[in-house]
Amino acid sequence: MTYATELPAWAALLISLLLLLGSGLAFIGAIGLLRLKNFYERVHAPTLGATLGMGCVLMASMLFFTLLQSRLVIHELLIAALVVVTTPVTLMLLTRAALYRDRIEGNDTVPPPPTGKHQ
Amino acid sequence: MKRILPHPLLALVLLIAWLLLVGSISPGAVLLGCLLAIGGALALASLAPPRLRLRRLALLPGLLRDVLVEVVRSNNAVARIILQPAAKTVRHSGFVRIPLDMRAPYGLAALACILTATPGTVWVDYDAADGTMLLHVLDLSDEAEWVRIVKERWERRLMEIFE
Repeated sequence: MTYATELPAWAALLISLLLLLGSGLAFIGAIGLLRLKNFYERVHAPTLGATLGMGCVLMASMLFFTLLQSRLVIHELLIAALVVVTTPVTLMLLTRAALYRDRIEGNDTVPPPPTGKHQ
Repeated sequence: MKRILPHPLLALVLLIAWLLLVGSISPGAVLLGCLLAIGGALALASLAPPRLRLRRLALLPGLLRDVLVEVVRSNNAVARIILQPAAKTVRHSGFVRIPLDMRAPYGLAALACILTATPGTVWVDYDAADGTMLLHVLDLSDEAEWVRIVKERWERRLMEIFE
């Protein structure tokens, strides 16, 4: 990280703040995994790191490499797009699996399946 | 035209993704990207996905801005919930079943992405037969309020774009 000294002070400060904020959010998400009470609550916690946390770290990365190489480095946008599109799939799989298990076990804290016209 | 390039929008997105990846717009990169984009579009055509219909794209920038604002706001809210001392929590979480009027598959996918990208809400299940969606909310105080938020803030505008 010796290259970092070539950055102007304002950029170094901004990039550090973004990195701290992003990794802080990911850390808070990890604390949430420990502190929240049940599975459905815990599933919310890691989304902190996957949304704004990821955004801050990627913005820091784009700023850092764009300024250092004096050309536009924005391939981080791809990471953002792919994470946004794929996290719902994982979260849905996890929560639906938990919901299915709770319904089979007759756990009454979860809502019953919809009593739609199709049943 | 349809036979040569079945999914022009997807091909364009693939080309942009390729150019972002290689980080250059030299003729060689563009040529290879075009080949990959056309190949990808042809491969998708053989899967026969439902047709994407986009109306009123002018609404998209406003929607993206609102999503970004909401992402920042809800990150802050969930971080506070996690860090607050356990002793004085009166918060309770729970499920809300929300009746949706939207049937467009890509619109529903976009709604799922928006709700997941805003911490504090997780899309759990969608029942295609009666068109209801099950949402889990971390800080649930008023169920009717959440039905209103999802329907008025997101679903109405997504329907204008996708249906």
